[in-house]
Amino acid sequence: MPSKLAISYQEVTKRFGFLAAVDDVSLDIAEGEFLAIVGGSGSGKTTLLRLTNRLIEADGGTVMVEGEDVRSVDPVALRRRIGYVFQSGGLFPHLSVADNIGITPKLLGEPAVAIAGRIDELLELVQLDGASHRDRLPEALSGGQRQRVGVARALAAKPRIVLMDEPFGALDPLTRDALGEDYRALHRKLGLTTVMITHDMTEAILLADRIAVMRGGRLLAQGTPAELSSSSDDYVLELLSTPRRQVGRLNALLPQSGAA
Amino acid sequence: MSLFTDPRWGEALGHLPDYLGNHVRVSLAALALGLAVSLPLAILTRNRPAPRGILLAFASIVQTVPGLALLALFYPLLLLAASVTLAWFGVSFSAFGFLPAMLALALYSMLPVLRNGITGLNGIDPALIEAAKGVGMTARQSLLIVELPLALPVMMAGIRTAAVWVIGTATLSTPIGQTSLGNYIFAGLQTQNWVFVLFGCLASALLALAVDQLLGLIENGLRHRSRLRSGLGAIGIAALVAATLVPTMGRSSSGYVVGAKTFAEQYVLSALMRDRLQAAGLSATARSGLGSSVIFQALKAGDIDLYVDYSGTLWANQLHRTDIKPRAELVAELKTALAKDNITLLGELGFENAYALVMPRRRAEALGIRTIADLSGHASTLSIAGDYEFFSRPEWAALQKAYGLPFRAQRQMQPDFMYAAVASGEVDVIAGYTSDGLIAKYDLVTLDDPRHAIPPYDAILLLAPKRAGDERLKAALQPLLGKIDIAIMREANLRASGNDANSSPDAVARWLWEQIARR
Repeated sequence: MPSKLAISYQEVTKRFGFLAAVDDVSLDIAEGEFLAIVGGSGSGKTTLLRLTNRLIEADGGTVMVEGEDVRSVDPVALRRRIGYVFQSGGLFPHLSVADNIGITPKLLGEPAVAIAGRIDELLELVQLDGASHRDRLPEALSGGQRQRVGVARALAAKPRIVLMDEPFGALDPLTRDALGEDYRALHRKLGLTTVMITHDMTEAILLADRIAVMRGGRLLAQGTPAELSSSSDDYVLELLSTPRRQVGRLNALLPQSGAA
Repeated sequence: MSLFTDPRWGEALGHLPDYLGNHVRVSLAALALGLAVSLPLAILTRNRPAPRGILLAFASIVQTVPGLALLALFYPLLLLAASVTLAWFGVSFSAFGFLPAMLALALYSMLPVLRNGITGLNGIDPALIEAAKGVGMTARQSLLIVELPLALPVMMAGIRTAAVWVIGTATLSTPIGQTSLGNYIFAGLQTQNWVFVLFGCLASALLALAVDQLLGLIENGLRHRSRLRSGLGAIGIAALVAATLVPTMGRSSSGYVVGAKTFAEQYVLSALMRDRLQAAGLSATARSGLGSSVIFQALKAGDIDLYVDYSGTLWANQLHRTDIKPRAELVAELKTALAKDNITLLGELGFENAYALVMPRRRAEALGIRTIADLSGHASTLSIAGDYEFFSRPEWAALQKAYGLPFRAQRQMQPDFMYAAVASGEVDVIAGYTSDGLIAKYDLVTLDDPRHAIPPYDAILLLAPKRAGDERLKAALQPLLGKIDIAIMREANLRASGNDANSSPDAVARWLWEQIARR
């Protein structure tokens, strides 16, 4: 295990009424790691993510970010130093692409010139042409472009940690694949720690270093894809069997010398 | 004479700077106050369902109160408040005109602003509010950077609705002493001057449209982040304010204010008195269209300096007397009573404008009715109409007590329409006014009152407390006292009810002065 922890959940619990959305979860994420949290709807994966930057507060246990208990940190300052990519982009519809990307540095009071330079840099990083995209409103972008802007916005204040809530879920398969690969490259290049929520085990296996599986608020298993495949839990094995089955069927259906 | 060459258009245009300026001033002040209260309330209650419900219910209830009633209610309310502040802090303020009109209109503007404000803020996608939080905005930044801009179109629609309502409803502030474009409408309606009515309606509609369009331009600019468009809209509003305020600011507000109630005779008499004061070298303006109960309080408070009232009205409404005395005795007693409030009863003009039961001459003769006593036997088959206050006045109670009079039906009518209604048989009997010129025009008769149930209604000239020792004023008015008899007043009223250039109150007042001067 790497020595320094970026995020550490220790016996964390969050209830909504009688329902325990997150139930006694303990999980460590090392600096530079790419962790995917996989689970169905209602598994508690999004709740766990939201506890990290205090969009909601835990009822029990401790969430540590870069060695500090999040309860002792000003939530607004905490959120400004953690990138967050929202499910359907979460772009502000009345602000241009540039203003959306530059929002967090602007909140931090960085000079306008520096922000403008950073926006160009980020557009290049997420492979959008700056000249033609800067001044557009989000409604004038495709779904994939919007999510690229969402990633750029999350990275604008140079965070070391990025949280992603099903970032590529609503995209067509080709775009999704390309964006996933591009983000994975960014993660490595910038030395980020990334926590990504997904319900798609294939995506998790292809992108993440390590996978955590959640169900009914509880953490069922965690580890590399290889470690998970030796799990004794039926649900984990079932999740893993789906991509395997798909690969088998695809290999049978597609000619071996195909384009891919 | 064609509609467009009618000189009354010119006369109407002459009043425009004064009426429009006051209208804009009271409307914008009301709107500004309404927004200053409603917008913060909408923002504060957007996530709190309970206070939000109470607030919206309150605003809805206010909206169901008719505009005229709401405006009228604020006058006694403020009078009360003024007397309280006078007793507690030794300072008083005028409960007349601008203040009650502005407060009532501000209250009136609240519902659309509140409702659209709350709807707009609540309609924002919760995911965006979470995104605002997620990128590191404080609650205040989220409100300013995300929520308000996104709610803006809906909020502005509410503000525009409020602006149009306020500008339209402000025409009803005339009876509580606030000059507005409603002065055209009230005066026009009372003196059958349709040019004035039309002019007033057009002017207020155009004003409302202009303000709505300018607000629309500001909204458009804000939405598309175009400083040019929102700037132009703001300049437009500022220009409108400046254009309507400048002409009225240069004018001196000192001088005598002659009050008039809301009917033609009063418009004529106030114009006559204003002309007399001006002829004597005193500066004077007429404040017309004041409500019957507002006008006496306004005189008492010094908001107007003089007006003509009727002895029986004050006897019943101010002294709360139900007994009836002969004309001279009643005026003498009234004079003593008013003197206690420092109000000067300068004297009688010479005619009486009493309530009288009025029927078409032929009909009365056919039924053999000459007096109210004769009428009582036929009452159960007849209908009666009166003005808006008649049936709640003590005279009506006294008439019923003295003669019975179980009429088949009772109706309230605009006074000008009553005479035509009784002449055409729409109603059988009306409670008309003895000085009304239409009695002769339609060949109507006033029925005798052998049991003296209706008190005398001598026209009397009243002066405000602060004018009690003003000898120049008294000298200027002296030539009018005792010089206007019932015949000449009826003819003046008949002229005023005409629909041509010679029927404006100013023209009739000049005619009336010629008749008086000749004597």
